Amino acid sequence: MTAVPNVSVGSGAAGAAIFPDSDSRRYRYFEPRAKRATHYEDVTVDVQPDPERYLLQNWIIAFPNGKGAYYKDATAALSSNWHAFRAPDQEWERTHYQRQSKIEGMVQSVIANGRKSGAPKAFDKSWVKILQTHLGAWKHAEFGLGTSLMQAQRYGYTQMINNATLTNSSYKLRLAQDITLYLAEIGMDIPGFDDNAGKHTWLEDKGWQGTREAVEAIMGSGDYLEQYFATNIVFEPLVGELFRSRFLMQVASPNGDFITPSVISAAEADYERNLANSIDLMHLLATDNQHAAHNKKLFQGWVNKHVALANKAAAGLQPIWSQPHSKPVQYADARAQSVERIKKILGELGLVLPKE
Amino acid sequence: MSGTLTLNKITAQRGISVGEAAKKIADLGWNPSYVQEAMTFPTDYKITKAPKDPMKQVLRSYFPMQEEKDNRVYGALDAALRGDMFRNVEPRWVEWMKLFLAIIPFPEISAARSMAMVGRLAPGEDLRTGFTMQMVDEFRHSTIQMNLKKWYMENYIDPAGFDITEEAFGKCYATTIGRQFGEGFLTGDAITAANIYLTVVAETAFTNTLFVAMPSEAARNGDYALPTVFLSVQSDESRHIGNGHSLLMSMLKEPENHLLLERDLRYAFWQNHAIVDAAIGTFIEYGTTNRDKNKESYAEMWHRWIFEDYYRTYMLPLEKYGIKIHHDDVQLAWKRLTDKRYVHKVGQFFAVGWSANFWRIEAQTEKDFEWFEHKYPGWYAEFGNFWKWYEKLSHRGQTNILFNGDVGYVYPHRCWSCLVPCLIREDIVTDEIDGKLHTFAHELDRWTAVNAFAGEYEGRPTPAMGRFSGRREWESVYHNVDMADAIKDLGFVRTDGKTLVAQPHLRFDAKEMWTLDDVRGHILKSPLETLRAMSPADREAHLAEYRKGFTINPCN
Repeated sequence: MTAVPNVSVGSGAAGAAIFPDSDSRRYRYFEPRAKRATHYEDVTVDVQPDPERYLLQNWIIAFPNGKGAYYKDATAALSSNWHAFRAPDQEWERTHYQRQSKIEGMVQSVIANGRKSGAPKAFDKSWVKILQTHLGAWKHAEFGLGTSLMQAQRYGYTQMINNATLTNSSYKLRLAQDITLYLAEIGMDIPGFDDNAGKHTWLEDKGWQGTREAVEAIMGSGDYLEQYFATNIVFEPLVGELFRSRFLMQVASPNGDFITPSVISAAEADYERNLANSIDLMHLLATDNQHAAHNKKLFQGWVNKHVALANKAAAGLQPIWSQPHSKPVQYADARAQSVERIKKILGELGLVLPKE
Repeated sequence: MSGTLTLNKITAQRGISVGEAAKKIADLGWNPSYVQEAMTFPTDYKITKAPKDPMKQVLRSYFPMQEEKDNRVYGALDAALRGDMFRNVEPRWVEWMKLFLAIIPFPEISAARSMAMVGRLAPGEDLRTGFTMQMVDEFRHSTIQMNLKKWYMENYIDPAGFDITEEAFGKCYATTIGRQFGEGFLTGDAITAANIYLTVVAETAFTNTLFVAMPSEAARNGDYALPTVFLSVQSDESRHIGNGHSLLMSMLKEPENHLLLERDLRYAFWQNHAIVDAAIGTFIEYGTTNRDKNKESYAEMWHRWIFEDYYRTYMLPLEKYGIKIHHDDVQLAWKRLTDKRYVHKVGQFFAVGWSANFWRIEAQTEKDFEWFEHKYPGWYAEFGNFWKWYEKLSHRGQTNILFNGDVGYVYPHRCWSCLVPCLIREDIVTDEIDGKLHTFAHELDRWTAVNAFAGEYEGRPTPAMGRFSGRREWESVYHNVDMADAIKDLGFVRTDGKTLVAQPHLRFDAKEMWTLDDVRGHILKSPLETLRAMSPADREAHLAEYRKGFTINPCN
């Protein structure tokens, strides 16, 4: 036998030798959305296996009902190809931490600088009351949606769906915590600030019960896609943006508060990303070449259910618009903008807003 | 003035303490009264006491900390390329990363998913923040590992195998063992899976060998990327261990949980041993070229990390809460690693099956023999001839070692429970499930499949417990199929349509590389199907012979 050296080329570097596939430097087991796979696709696609793709032996552990780790009927929606979805925000771990970390840095700087300049003491008195009761209550809504999406990210049929849901959950939970700590911090500068008023308002105040019911309806859904749909397609435009963008962001500064809009603004940008992800996924399903009719009917049902709850929630919040000392925005205008917004979103999906 | 004036003293303002912040965040939750949350992932455990979050961390500090860790990781990867790491890396090592990194992102993301399960089951909101961070951590681990794999694919001499990684994960006869591990985190009883199997045992005990011992060996082989990524991953594990322990403590309060805890600790420890030791032991002992006799062997590391650290300081104290700890199992695992040479038998098995793999396995040489004999006296007598055969048969034109009758190796039965084959031949046992015969590597594997994964345990109904399912014996998928056709079906062929992805050597030369034609003409058989087809008498005779083991013929 001739002795052959173990490593014939003396290097482990790319290009040190030419042989079959010595230049095969792309993942070649999935079809990229565009000509070349994005970094997000490379680190995401097919990590969650599927018996219909490469899972040769099927799922090898089952629930007592015989279902494996992931199953298509965890949602009532149908798809001819669950693997087609790619999140438009292209989020993977590095971009997620970069973004979240920057937001946390920005929020903390704004709060610290505001407090240093004594800003909270200059807030209008009626506005302080609004922050402690209504922003205090709102943090629970964000938390509820965050935990609901944390639950939802267990069920999706592909890694792309579940990771988009996971990052959505992470954004919501971050915002809930940001608001909590923001209120606790400015509370130290404002004599008599009641940090517990928010939770009490959330649980007891009549005006907030519609919002709580709408959030609990999303949390209680057994269909992960309904949770994702209801959060981003219905609740956010009709209640989330209504309260954040069309009240807090606009009413704060005329009442001497330049801090709250900065804390809340990150959530608006979060939502733009989550909305883009949701619409892309729902659009794929609503135009599916085999199941479009089924899905559109299902989605319209979800719209009808959650819009009714969201309308009730919004109506319950209406009195808040008249509570600040300075009232630059009217509820009716804010509400009209919300309705316009959801109509546009639903229009993208071929769905209609039910009449009130 | 007595003290020095600092910027901090001028700008400092009163803030809230970490404890207070954690307390306020824990108060974000409430008990829904309009619509109840669906209990979609049931458990047979009873949890009434709200677990505490020992880490008291909030997302405000978590995200910047993680970003900083990421910056170091990605900076190190850039530095490794600038330092021409791949020119000096040991290909023997990187080849095994094709297997390891095909497996590990799935268990990681499964852990993220499973946080939903424990997050909903654990009463109170205190620990939910901990579960949230673990969910995002696991998303980090899964995608950072996929990124590392892509980086190897882009820069290592032979990218084949990396380029089909997730497809290969779903199909390979070796990755099936990793799938058992990952699916175990998120299927079946939610507490069994997400708390005991994942957090209390896998993360608390076995991540030390996975994420600490393995990076050390990587560095010895010129690979500075894996340690950078995996030590960063491991730095998240202490929080996960805290989550698992806290939930475990709240479950211990309920005496009716004790029987289930005993069952699950037993199953989880044994199966983690069977799976993790098989894989990581092989990577560390057979993927290295470093034969420094002063370094610890895998068995020595296991004794330090698992026996001394985990068993003595984590498992044993559970006894004072009334949990029966199966000391014998720990001793038995130790004996399997030492006296019964478990890892070496796994390394041998992977090598025998090289042609159905998607990475290269190089023969062990004289230098390796000396180290093995030093660390595991008697190794040479049992394995020396095998590896000589392996080297001899690594050349094209020779008969594939899997089918070569001259060698004397007997292809093993597959364990229905851990999915590692029944390599310690004398320990094989059989039993029937739903009237069908199955083989098991050990009595404890049989107990796991037959007694633990069932609807009743020691007279107690366990309706939430999972079941073993699917075509668990990989070999049965290709029963009576020509080897070349099986490899083609697996997709383990390079893009020229003929050269195998796997090779039994590190010779990066087209002339030396095996093709489909070199392995054609041999028929794969499922040992289980073959056993089932035998008469009862033949079966008993076969098993008696199997338990006697085999002898590798001298290789000249």
